[in-house]
Amino acid sequence: MNRVILHSDLNNFYASVECLYNPEIRDRPVAVCGSQSTRHGIVLAKNNLAKKFGVKAGDAIWEARSKCPGLVVVRPNYMLYLRFSMLARKIYENYTNLIEAFGIDENWLDVTESTKLFGSGENIADMLRERIRTELGVTASVGVSFNKVFAKLGSDMKKPDATTVISEENYREKVWKLPVGDMIYVGPSTRRKLTNIGIQTIGELAGAPPKFLERHFGQWGRTLWIFANGYDESPVTKLDFQPGIKGIGNSLTTPHDLRTNEDVKILTYVLADSVAERLRRHQLRGRTVQIYIRSSDLSFIERQGQLSQYTCTSSDIAEKALEIFSRSWDWSKTIRTLGIRVTGVVMRDDCAQVSLFDDNRRLRREQLESSIDSIRTRFGHYSVQRGLLIDSRGLNANPVEENVIHPVSFFK
Amino acid sequence: MSKVFVEVIAKFTKDGGKVPLKIKWQDGRTFDIDKVTDVRRAASLKAGGQGMRYRCRINGKETYLWLEEDKWFVNSRG
Repeated sequence: MNRVILHSDLNNFYASVECLYNPEIRDRPVAVCGSQSTRHGIVLAKNNLAKKFGVKAGDAIWEARSKCPGLVVVRPNYMLYLRFSMLARKIYENYTNLIEAFGIDENWLDVTESTKLFGSGENIADMLRERIRTELGVTASVGVSFNKVFAKLGSDMKKPDATTVISEENYREKVWKLPVGDMIYVGPSTRRKLTNIGIQTIGELAGAPPKFLERHFGQWGRTLWIFANGYDESPVTKLDFQPGIKGIGNSLTTPHDLRTNEDVKILTYVLADSVAERLRRHQLRGRTVQIYIRSSDLSFIERQGQLSQYTCTSSDIAEKALEIFSRSWDWSKTIRTLGIRVTGVVMRDDCAQVSLFDDNRRLRREQLESSIDSIRTRFGHYSVQRGLLIDSRGLNANPVEENVIHPVSFFK
Repeated sequence: MSKVFVEVIAKFTKDGGKVPLKIKWQDGRTFDIDKVTDVRRAASLKAGGQGMRYRCRINGKETYLWLEEDKWFVNSRG
């Protein structure tokens, strides 16, 4: 029996939530943008009115404003979007336990078994849309197909608030005429290469000999061919499947370029505080510290080092990061973005190798930092600060809340 | 229409439900909620919000009351 896969995409997600909460801007072109003053000033999402003026995700704010003079620019509220994302997921859970998130606003659902209870895939898609509209006040486009790749294509074909069915009978007419760049994992670079070998549409990709594609793209060429022909069999990952956390990291692009070791020290402590807090929240400790430095010309390096002990305290992480930094950076360029990541993580209670000479200091530091977490939970992030950061308001930040990252992966 | 947060006196039931009993209007007047006739998750397009929506009968008239996370709000014509 063929699988029945849905792909649900919340339309213009951030902008839709903002328009729901601010009725006065609903009839105007709206763009949700990062903060201009901290140089994250790009369009993250836009509503349909702004789209008509050609405003695109990734545009700089000035660029978007020049395309659309009356544009309403609003700051993102990630916590609110996460709540809506979870509410949408709760609706999906009424129909299947096979749900796989792809970013904050997209999900695949395998409803093959649920069709016996709720009717066809198209029926279920319509029910989902109706519930998302009335219960959440936003809209979704849903693609229905027999594999994940076509289901995703379907959800892109008709927007907003629409169901598109791509069946075994109609996929040749519906999918094959589309430009190859519409297919998942065909980015600008792959698309260019495909154009160079004479492939413009998904149908042309499907019709090309797999051996020929392999010659140009290696193993990846065959995967693309499988996608284009609807042979993709990758499963929708189970609801209760939680991929293990491999590491925790944060990075920040600063309001002005970093020029001195002192600047780097301040930012390192901000980032280490955030990474350590998140490690503790997930009951983890890690042993490898990685730093990521992007310079003002946008080139970047990554370096890493090992700690002698598993840790979840910011002082250990920051000291190691600064040590790696001092031997990796010669200040021939200024720094635009700095990131810290801790990998090689284990659960906090697992039997980690302890140092023979371990004293109480480590334990006390952990307790101190956990107390700071509790104070910040009750009174806000900025209620307790390092002395080092007091004079550096420009570099100080709360990456835990202000820098939520949503990793996505197709292949599980 | 605007979104107005209001004070509510509610009963917490044994199975974890919440039933609003009294509502305090912006002007300070308090009304008894005679009956809750419907409870469902819903968005309020008019006020701009989303949560559990309680359809309440107050003095023979029906009105909607939302519980959005831990705050109650109503649509106000003001």
